Formats: sequence, structure tokens, C-alpha cells
Amino acid sequence: MQISMSVNGNEVTRDIEPRVLLVHFIREELGLTGTHWGCDTSNCGTCVVLMDGQPVKSCTVLAAMADGHEIRTVEGLASNGALDPVQQGFMEEHGLQCGFCTPGMMLTARALLDKNPHPDDGEIRQAISGQICRCTGYATIVRSVHWAADHPNGGAAASDAAGPSDTEEVTA
Amino acid sequence: MQIPAPFDYARATDVDNALALLERHGPDARLVAGGHSLLPMMKLRLARPEWLIDINGLAELDFLVREGNVFRVGALTRHTALFESSDVARLFPIVTDAEQVIADPVVRNRGTIGGSLCQADPAEDLSTVCDVLQAEAVIRGPAGERTVSMDEFHRGPYETAVGQNELLVELRFPIRDRSGSAYEKVERRVGDWAVAAAGAAVVLAADGTIDDASVGLTAVGLDGTVSGIGDLLHGRRPDEDLFTEAGRMAAAACEPVSDQRGGIDYKRHLADELTRRVLRSACARAAEQEG
Repeated sequence: MQISMSVNGNEVTRDIEPRVLLVHFIREELGLTGTHWGCDTSNCGTCVVLMDGQPVKSCTVLAAMADGHEIRTVEGLASNGALDPVQQGFMEEHGLQCGFCTPGMMLTARALLDKNPHPDDGEIRQAISGQICRCTGYATIVRSVHWAADHPNGGAAASDAAGPSDTEEVTA
Repeated sequence: MQIPAPFDYARATDVDNALALLERHGPDARLVAGGHSLLPMMKLRLARPEWLIDINGLAELDFLVREGNVFRVGALTRHTALFESSDVARLFPIVTDAEQVIADPVVRNRGTIGGSLCQADPAEDLSTVCDVLQAEAVIRGPAGERTVSMDEFHRGPYETAVGQNELLVELRFPIRDRSGSAYEKVERRVGDWAVAAAGAAVVLAADGTIDDASVGLTAVGLDGTVSGIGDLLHGRRPDEDLFTEAGRMAAAACEPVSDQRGGIDYKRHLADELTRRVLRSACARAAEQEG
């Protein structure tokens, strides 16, 4: 079947089998491997992408269900070479160790801040409660999201520190 | 890698179209909404539909409306919408309580009330919620619409009154004055199924005594509500002694099984303790509403 959707602002159209899951469509069809594929059972949350601005677990959404919708992945967080404040926050506050859960955490954080620009600790923890970090980094993840809330326009210094980044290229 | 077995996919355009697709493809067709129960089952080959009929586009089933003394909830209403609704929180705080502990916030963005009820998992929270609120389910089929009580709706684990060629379209909740409700669940971690949970709905009389009360339990082997608990509570003043009696009654009524989430005694203890807590909270909320 043919499906079309907007991914990080780019229209994509592909012929797929109906059973293809959104996570595999994004990773394999579109080559956007920033979206990670973890438990496959909608428990771990590393596959979280934004669908029409809402975080969803893409291992449990059919690509066909995303037909006609807007998808945003971690590759779509930065714009014009500038990191999203959430990405900067994760750098500033050491919000990651191995980085596997990070794309999903950051997208959920982005959606949270879009809805609630000044969340408290409890609201942040609630928002990411369906996502697992096995480096025991929740405390720093929460701090990272606070950093992003406190710096809605980001910070130039953090952007410089990012250096060359593959998040700058959006290749959907 | 877990991938569902091959199937054909059709996107329903409205309820009539969904019913026509169900009719055309027969018992090998399944409806999918949020998909967070069905897709995992398909990955594990516990379900293997030939046809998947996607009803996510049926905007006509996504609504929360008050009509007189009835609150109507479309079957495609997402958990998140229920959780965030201030009308729901005011009229049926038990729904808000339950929604906060159903799966996790990201899953709640996809899952629907209709999907949860039709999945009819014995550990499913909204079944208990609908039971104690005395909700009615509206089912549409080729012959038209019918409305059933939750008693009629539940047929056992993973089975409901919704026929293969039918669609659950709406839940109707009676709005009652001086009412209060509450839900509490014990889970091992966020997103896990309940070890045990309890829900209560009460209506207070003008003199502050309990006029009507209902208690339901989740995941501990009780179908429907705790029978006789309404009679126990009726006409009595809500206090700790009464809640203790009710907790004991609920614990005796359930038949939990021992599993990795806990032993029989522990689950019975939870049925008792959680019943007391939800009654305490429901009565307090009803009293607040009165004031």
C-alpha cells in the first residue's frame, strides 16, 4: 500500500506492507536511525517520536496509521543548525550516558515543554514515566528538561560546544 | 524482531463504512484503534487477523459531551483526553484517578476507552470504573444501535457483548448529585498491570448518610461489582468503622490467583485496604460536592 506523511517537515511517500511498524519505516525506509528500536513491546520508550506533536511509541504504531500525519523525529529537533533547547539541556546537565534512550526522552521533553513551558519535577517525571533509562540517569534527565525550560531560546555557548553534529541534517 | 504476520489493511471512513468492512471481511477482520493491545498480540501471534480495519479516522467517535444528566464519551476518546478533561475530573474523579495509572502517558496518547473495554483484559482498569459508575455501552451493528448495561457488556476475560460485526460507539455515564468516586491501584512499576486495584462510587443523601454505593475490584478475580456492598453501606454514615466493614466484605468477595505479582493473601489484603481507601476518598469527594 502507498502511504504519505510529513517527516520533519518533508513529505515522504513510500510503498509498504501494511504490517510495517512506524519505527522500522522511519529507520529502514527513511534511513533516520536516530529513532531507536528497543523492547518492541511499548515498554521502554526509546522509539518515541512525535505524531502530530504528541509522543507515541513507534514500535506499536503501524506506518499505515501515520499516513497523512506529521511525524517528528530526533533528527527534526534542531533547526537551521541550532540545537533545540532540549538537546542543549541534555548536554549542559549531562542528561545521557550511553544515549540509547535519549532520542525518545528528548522528544517527550519537547512535547511536554510545548504544552507546559514550566513543568515541575513531578510533571517531568510523570511525562517520562513510560521511558526507561538503564544508565540510572533520571535525575540528570529531569535537570536537563529544567534547563531547557529555563532557556527557551537555548544558549549560544552550548550550541558552539556541540560542534559538527549529524542532527543538523534532516534527510527524510 | 517482532513483526505482525501479513494482513490486509483498510481504513474506515465512518462508522457505517467500518461496519460494512466488518461485514465484508467476516470473522478474519479485526478493528484497530490505538493498537496498544492488538498490535502486541499480533506480534506474538496471539491474534492473527487477515484484515485490520483502522478506525482511527472516525472523528465522530471522539467526543466528550454532557447531555442533561448523562455524560457521553465516544469510544475513540483517547486516554489522554479523558485524563485531561476538567469535566471528567469534576463529575467522575474516578476516571481521572484511573487514567493517571493506566499504562504510561505516551501509551495513553494512543489508547482509547473503547479499545480498553473491548480488549476486556481482567486487569483492565476502565472496566471496573465503568462498572461502579453504572455506565451503559452503546453498540452499533448492521441492525442498528443497542444499549447494554456493563453487566451485559462483560462476558468474561477478553470477551464482550460486542459481536464480530458490531462496533462499540459510545459509553454513557449517569451524572448524579452529591456523588463522589475514586480509584486506586497498586502496580509494581509504571505501566505494569495492576497487582490489584479498587474503584468506588457513592451518592450521599441530604443528611450525609450513604444513599447508594458501588465498589469494584480489578485483577483479583471478581466479575462486576462487590455484591451486597450497596446494601451494607446504604443509610449508614461514612466513617472508618464502616469502611473497615466494607473492606472486609470486598476482600471476601474476590478470588485472586497467586502469580508473579503477588500471592493470594497479599492480593486479598490489597482488596481490603484499597476498598477502604477508595470509599474514604469517594465519600469525602461527594461531601465536597455537596458543599
